[in-house]
Amino acid sequence: MKTMQAEHYVLRLYVAGQSPKSVLAIANIKRICEENMHGHYELEVIDLYQQPQLAQGEQIIAVPTLIKRLPLPLRRIIGDMSDTERVLVGLDLRSKA
Amino acid sequence: MTNPKPKPKSRPTVKSRPQLPKAPTGIQGLDEITGGGLPKGRPTLVCGGAGCGKTLLAMEFLVRGATQYNEPGVFMAFEESAKDLTQNVASLGFDLDDLVARKKMVLDFVYIERSEIEESGEYDLEGLFIRLGHAIDAIGAKRVVLDTIESLFSGLPNPLILRAELRRLFRWLKDKGVTAIITGERGDKTLTRQGLEEYVSDCVIVLDHRVSEQTSSRRMRVVKYRGSTHGTNEYPFLIDEDGISVLPVTSLSLQQESSTQRIPTGIARLDAMLGGKGYYRGSSVLVSGTAGTGKSSLAAHFADAACRRGERVMYFAFEESPCQIMRNMRSIGIDLEPWVNKGLLRFQASRPTLSGLEMHLTRMHKAVNAFKPRVVVVDPLNSFVIGNNEIDVKAMLMRLVDFLKTSQITGLFTSLTRGGVALEQSEVGISSLIDTWLLVKDIEIGNERNRGIYVLKSRGMAHSNQIREFLLTDHGVELRDVYVGASGVLTGSARLSQEAQEKAEVLVREQEVELRRIELERKRTTLEAHIAVLRAEFAVQEIASVKIIGQEKAQKVQQAQERVDMGQIRKVDAKPSQSKRGAK
Repeated sequence: MKTMQAEHYVLRLYVAGQSPKSVLAIANIKRICEENMHGHYELEVIDLYQQPQLAQGEQIIAVPTLIKRLPLPLRRIIGDMSDTERVLVGLDLRSKA
Repeated sequence: MTNPKPKPKSRPTVKSRPQLPKAPTGIQGLDEITGGGLPKGRPTLVCGGAGCGKTLLAMEFLVRGATQYNEPGVFMAFEESAKDLTQNVASLGFDLDDLVARKKMVLDFVYIERSEIEESGEYDLEGLFIRLGHAIDAIGAKRVVLDTIESLFSGLPNPLILRAELRRLFRWLKDKGVTAIITGERGDKTLTRQGLEEYVSDCVIVLDHRVSEQTSSRRMRVVKYRGSTHGTNEYPFLIDEDGISVLPVTSLSLQQESSTQRIPTGIARLDAMLGGKGYYRGSSVLVSGTAGTGKSSLAAHFADAACRRGERVMYFAFEESPCQIMRNMRSIGIDLEPWVNKGLLRFQASRPTLSGLEMHLTRMHKAVNAFKPRVVVVDPLNSFVIGNNEIDVKAMLMRLVDFLKTSQITGLFTSLTRGGVALEQSEVGISSLIDTWLLVKDIEIGNERNRGIYVLKSRGMAHSNQIREFLLTDHGVELRDVYVGASGVLTGSARLSQEAQEKAEVLVREQEVELRRIELERKRTTLEAHIAVLRAEFAVQEIASVKIIGQEKAQKVQQAQERVDMGQIRKVDAKPSQSKRGAK
């Protein structure tokens, strides 16, 4: 029953300023979210230049990094999110082929 | 070409040549081999195998920087958590929590779990840059450690991106002006697994931890140092409760001062063999001989004598425990315990197999530096020779002698030579380092073993050429007189019988003399008696004679008086004197 029910996703995307990679990643993840979990997700985009202290707290090394906080387990997806399939695998929306 | 004039002009320019700015590490010895520290504002690569001390070196660099040079630092750890790191280095006396609280240090543990990470498209390491930059700015850091950044390669996909990003990172560090240490695990053919040496090329230090003959030794080598001269040898180093200490003593410049002061050996008659005054201060003395010839006793005498003068003595024992040495020396009348209690004598006893040669040497260095003795005893030296490492031992001794001489410390080394080998030959390797060489040997004559000592060489002083027998008595080593018999020097019972024989001869002679003396005395007595008799006889005669003379005189006076009286009666006025004479 529970698997059928749409789970609530809490996502955070960490980017560094308005670099092409950042812009691309933001656009990509918004699209993927809308297409796959419309209405049951929260997406927060955080610019590390504005809040550099979060880099240590959230263990960010690579940017852009998308962190799936909920549902567990915690997952990180790095890159500009251009490979939709792998993003979906990372979000546990697809099992690995 | 041979014009001497430009020379003095060129001198000052040499002096004022700009030196690469350096950041002192504060690590004992490392600053000496690098000529002042790591290149300031540049990254340095420290690489080596597992457990060779990379992390510790980097950590000490930061801690010393923060505590001694007021240069705060950021430690970015990729392998150990901040908590683990803090605990690990607490045993070295580094209180990281305190440094962090005082904003002298930032510990940042970078946690990468490969299984949590999915890659989708291109990424970069700007997150790391921001993170590091934030930490640097937060405390105004001047030093940065990245330990071990290669972990990124196992934690993140796409090595191509990583390489490009690392190159950018090192450039960025340079731009930031921080002095950085980047550690790297040793690779198969390259210095580091990921070839970091390609990116970090200003200074490369390789650490090594090797085991030979079942003992381990740590070594350090500065492979490369752009823009600066540096020691290129492999230097042994030690990790102990004070952190890292490197031993940069292969300089062997032979520029040491030589003292003309002499110090006694502790055995008066041995002093006499060495020109009457003993060893030179700051010289190196070797006492070698086969087993049980009394080497340690000679060493103990020397130590005892130094303590009596109020000098400090450091005694490195490699075969006996301090307690055993003191007990044994007490049996020959040398009590070392009071000196230990007074703090003049310090023992450091350890098994030679405890660690490698370098480790021993470093430990000795540290001990000498801490205790500051005037005399150092190493007993025995050659228990280090395990297998075929005589060359290493020589190198070690050379360093030790060099070090002691530079500090004007007199070193006495004992050395056990193998039986059957020519004593002088077996140690030809080290003889050149030794200033005074005493040889103690067994002399076997008449089914006896006796101890003989002679001075094989003693630089810069007249010394005896005699082989002297010595005894270990309950009041110390005693050198005996030389008895030369028909077959050479007499020792042991042969010497004793010779001594007895000479004693007998002396006795006979003494008796003869006594006899003569008595005879003479008797004659004198007789003579004197004789004289007394004569004198007595004479006295008797004298008295008799005097008596007669006296009577005669009295008679004469009376006759004269009678005549005068008669004349008066007869009324004669003639001359009485004539009549007196006529009367006679």
